Amino acid sequence: MLEYQNLFTRVQVRTTADPGLPIDETFGQRYGTGVFSYWAGKFGDSQIGPIYLGFWGIVSLLTGFIAFEIIGLNMMYQVGWSPVEFVRQLPWLALEPPSPEYGIRIPPLMKGGWYLIAGFFLSVAVATWWIRTYTRARALGMGTHLAWAFGSAIFLFSTFFFQPLLVGSFSEMVPFGLFPHLDWTAAFSIRYGNLYYNPFHALSIAFLYGSVLLFAMHAATILAVSRLGGEREIEQITDRGTAAERSQIFWRWTMGFNATMESIHRWAWWFATLVTFTGGIGILLTGTVVDNWYLWAVKHGVAPVYPAQNVLTQEQLEALRGQYPSALNRGFPTYTVPAPATPMVDSTAAAAPAPGGM
Amino acid sequence: MAMLSFEKKYRVRGGTLVGGDLFDFWFGPFYVGFFGVTTIFFAGLGTLLILYGAAVGPTWNIWQINISPPDLSYGLGVAPLAAGGLWQMITICAVGAFLSWALRQAEISRKLGMGMHIPWAYGMAVFAYVTLVVIRPVLLGAWGHGFPYGIFSHLDWVSNVGYQYLHFHYNPAHMIAVTFFFTTTLALAMHGSLILSVTNPKKGEPVKTSEHENVFFRDFLGYSIGAIGIHRLGLFLALSAGFWSAVCIVISGPFWSKGWPEWWGWWLNLPIWR
Repeated sequence: MLEYQNLFTRVQVRTTADPGLPIDETFGQRYGTGVFSYWAGKFGDSQIGPIYLGFWGIVSLLTGFIAFEIIGLNMMYQVGWSPVEFVRQLPWLALEPPSPEYGIRIPPLMKGGWYLIAGFFLSVAVATWWIRTYTRARALGMGTHLAWAFGSAIFLFSTFFFQPLLVGSFSEMVPFGLFPHLDWTAAFSIRYGNLYYNPFHALSIAFLYGSVLLFAMHAATILAVSRLGGEREIEQITDRGTAAERSQIFWRWTMGFNATMESIHRWAWWFATLVTFTGGIGILLTGTVVDNWYLWAVKHGVAPVYPAQNVLTQEQLEALRGQYPSALNRGFPTYTVPAPATPMVDSTAAAAPAPGGM
Repeated sequence: MAMLSFEKKYRVRGGTLVGGDLFDFWFGPFYVGFFGVTTIFFAGLGTLLILYGAAVGPTWNIWQINISPPDLSYGLGVAPLAAGGLWQMITICAVGAFLSWALRQAEISRKLGMGMHIPWAYGMAVFAYVTLVVIRPVLLGAWGHGFPYGIFSHLDWVSNVGYQYLHFHYNPAHMIAVTFFFTTTLALAMHGSLILSVTNPKKGEPVKTSEHENVFFRDFLGYSIGAIGIHRLGLFLALSAGFWSAVCIVISGPFWSKGWPEWWGWWLNLPIWR
């Protein structure tokens, strides 16, 4: 039963490094001649490098570095320039977007200005990296499928700017930080009535899980026929061999349907691309077209109406009156425009004798 | 009927794990085999039970049909049909169908002289499911900790269980799992794009070669993992996503019952900061 499953390469061939197909090197060039790594060769290709670097690549690396530095230096400032505290608190640190009072106006540097500048440089880095995906493919006469797949991811990235713009507040943008960006996802979801009820969020997750499922199915299939040269997919596409035939027949016998050696990569491209595309639509609709996804789902018969929980008695309500710092006239918190920030009052003093009922 | 032009020569007897030649036949495009029969049995019974649960339930609205696990008060005991017993039987059917499916994949792999990567990979998904509805409920002492079977009810479960731990994104295993999910999708997009861009080149150009695959990624990123390597990487990433998903939920409750943000206190209190 035990048989060789081709999970690692057992014999590695060494020759001179592949310098790459000739390309036009007017506006950039290949750097390095390629080195070999034994351990990389165990799992994949053993050759590392050369790498092409041209104008757009350099612009992308530079602007990406500038964004990275702005974020890092702001974090350093927040911990009083202490390297130890920087490392200790790093997961919690963030360069936060402007606060709500600035709306979509430009705030001072330390009040979100640096955030917008970092976001600008990061966007330039992403855009120029997109150009790289396009020009590198064209330089070799290849199709530009990778550029358009990356374009879908950039679309999602851009919605994190356009959604705040549409709802009129840069404060809704995603903070640059490890834990803080996770806090943002939870806060964003709850603010708009739980994103689980957003159908585009559901589609995006379905495509995400579907992508993982597809890659597991595809990768396992190819490895299972690697004994027959199945990993040479271009050859199997243009001149079908027994590896392609068996991998197709496997799924036909298993689930009554199969892709082909080429079409499985179309399934892959669409699933992966639709993760970010549907996700971006879901973000753009949130707060602009739909304010509360749970209420939206109830309205359209998707989610049931849940019974109200933690219903308070009149006495319990009275005991809570005026306990909230921003509530006006000793009332309860509301969802209207918050009053101008006032210093927090001593809650014990405020809870003392309630003047005149209600 | 239902045969690919080259399929006939592959339809030969042998390679079964159980039942010898008895179940060694095809039904339309499907291979049957002993485990095909058990798959039909479990999947059919489970589907009927779901339909029965929907029929005795309050709604036929496809989004709202819900079959809940038993109340926590039943512990690890058997619940009455209408009070979670259906959920228990459906879970048994699901596990039976999934394992049958994996073994059927193993038989088909053997018939075609292929490696066992597909049934093992599928096994990881089954493991994640079993972790959710069997291992974790058993560790917590009640079937009621399983998730309900329904389109939006299972999302509610995910949401509610997440907030029981205040903020599930702080669960370190959840962080690893999500990272693997996103990385798998990125790698899938890159692999799918690469193959399509080589076989569908610029208009008027001939189809490119595997050398173009390698050179493109070396130009682009400085490294090309290669044709066999990308499939090893894809399988590793995808299975890791499933594995760490199972880990992130099984540690929530049995091994950590407070809020996940609090778990990170150990980092802030490491002796090296003093």
